Amino acid sequence: MSLTDLDSLAARVPDGSKLAMPPDNSLPSVALAKALVRRGARGLRLVGVPTSGFATDLLVGAGCVAEVETSAVSLGEAGFAPRFSAALKAGEIVMKDATCPAIHTMLQASEKGVPFMPLRGIIGSDILAHRPDWKVMDNPFAEAGGDPIVLLPALQPDFGVFHAVMSDSKGNVWLGRKRECATIAHASKASLVTVERVVEGDFLADERLAPGCISATYIDGIAIAERGARPVALLDEYRMDTAYISEYARMAKTAEGFREWLAIHVFETRAAAAE
Amino acid sequence: MSDCKPEEFLAATICRLVLDPSAPTARHVAVGAASPVPAAACYLAQKLGYPIRLSLLARTQGNPFSDGTRELFDLTGQGRIDLFFLGGGQIDGEANLNLVGTGEWPGGTSHGGVRFPGSFGSAFMYMMTPRIILFREEHSPRVLVQKVDNISANGVSPPGVFRRGHAQALVTARCVFRFHPDRARFSLASVHAGETVASIRAATGFDFDAGDEVPQTPLPSEQELALLRGAVCDEMLETYPDFCARVFGRKLAA
Repeated sequence: MSLTDLDSLAARVPDGSKLAMPPDNSLPSVALAKALVRRGARGLRLVGVPTSGFATDLLVGAGCVAEVETSAVSLGEAGFAPRFSAALKAGEIVMKDATCPAIHTMLQASEKGVPFMPLRGIIGSDILAHRPDWKVMDNPFAEAGGDPIVLLPALQPDFGVFHAVMSDSKGNVWLGRKRECATIAHASKASLVTVERVVEGDFLADERLAPGCISATYIDGIAIAERGARPVALLDEYRMDTAYISEYARMAKTAEGFREWLAIHVFETRAAAAE
Repeated sequence: MSDCKPEEFLAATICRLVLDPSAPTARHVAVGAASPVPAAACYLAQKLGYPIRLSLLARTQGNPFSDGTRELFDLTGQGRIDLFFLGGGQIDGEANLNLVGTGEWPGGTSHGGVRFPGSFGSAFMYMMTPRIILFREEHSPRVLVQKVDNISANGVSPPGVFRRGHAQALVTARCVFRFHPDRARFSLASVHAGETVASIRAATGFDFDAGDEVPQTPLPSEQELALLRGAVCDEMLETYPDFCARVFGRKLAA
């Protein structure tokens, strides 16, 4: 199996790579996002599946990102994503707006190895008007003709990046019902995963664990990162750390405050004042 | 009823729209992440005895989906979600929703404008769900505009474009509007206590229809209030702890 350390995992991601990540209601690897900031990654193209949250704002703020393709960027209850909003306003990143099921569908096309898939809805939305790569054609099966429908191109990220509860001796990872991470893994050329722990055995040989498992077929690198989703929740193992997100939201309002936050929480060159 | 909180009143108001006998029956209702008031409205309908399957996207314990976040959209694509709730940073007189931003696309540039989080699933859900209830507490000319800056999700579609339904109503902190897809216009259905047709006109950026006599939105009954503060709050504590603490004064046991 492909167990390594966190910084080595981050070193495998070349500048300019396209990275698919789940949002804060799923299992983002905030630990790997921080490691990418430490390595000074540049020009990353992020895909939020289907939306983006804390890890995206962090990477954008640190100057690692050239493009974001997603259906929304938000810190949830803590409000709008401050560094994303600032970078967009300053013209530092390209934003490709999508809508949630379109992101899923484009990845599903990659899962199946087909060039495109159709999706209902969207016709009449300015989202479509600003996506020259999305096409509309008449449903070829409509008996009476007509019936326009949107066609979405297959989306194949270079890397799927997410956090999981655990991996086993075979390099399978387990994350329960967060199956959007399986879609990410199936559709991406390679997947890099952080886990809380590594356990003996084979999840695929266990009928109770197998349905929440992603096979090692799709996983190219694993690193242990305890509390690697923090401040995001990990299933029923730990809750969302709302105080941590609120502190980030407050400090990241300014570029200076964000740099200070990075020094404390990413580079750890400064201790938190209150601690 | 003077101690009825605005959120309780709005939940009871939305509950009546959910149960509206003139609308297609809501058997399976989905409620998005940041929507505690619509969630309370749907739980209230359940507790009043109506057999509604309620899928709360934000639910951590006992989340209804086990096949990833695409499952909601796959269900909706098939027509198996009867009712969903949407809002918007801007909503216009043709029920177009803007969740992306104001000013130049994609909303917010050095030339001005504000970026909102993004469209989420609205461009799909609005067209694929038989019934949508629009809910936005802030009722001001800033939010309710004549024409949205960006159409994230369109209120009506041209003939020949597949669409299952439209907005049923728009509920704000001031009134309830009905939407009429045939003429792509809202009409004023009822005003909340303290409001008049004139005050609604003054606070609304779009033109709408209104009869000579517009009724007042009814207040929640004692039974509805008791259910909201009891059985509905019980259901919502785990998913919406801050809302339950603020509105119902109840905290989740540690």
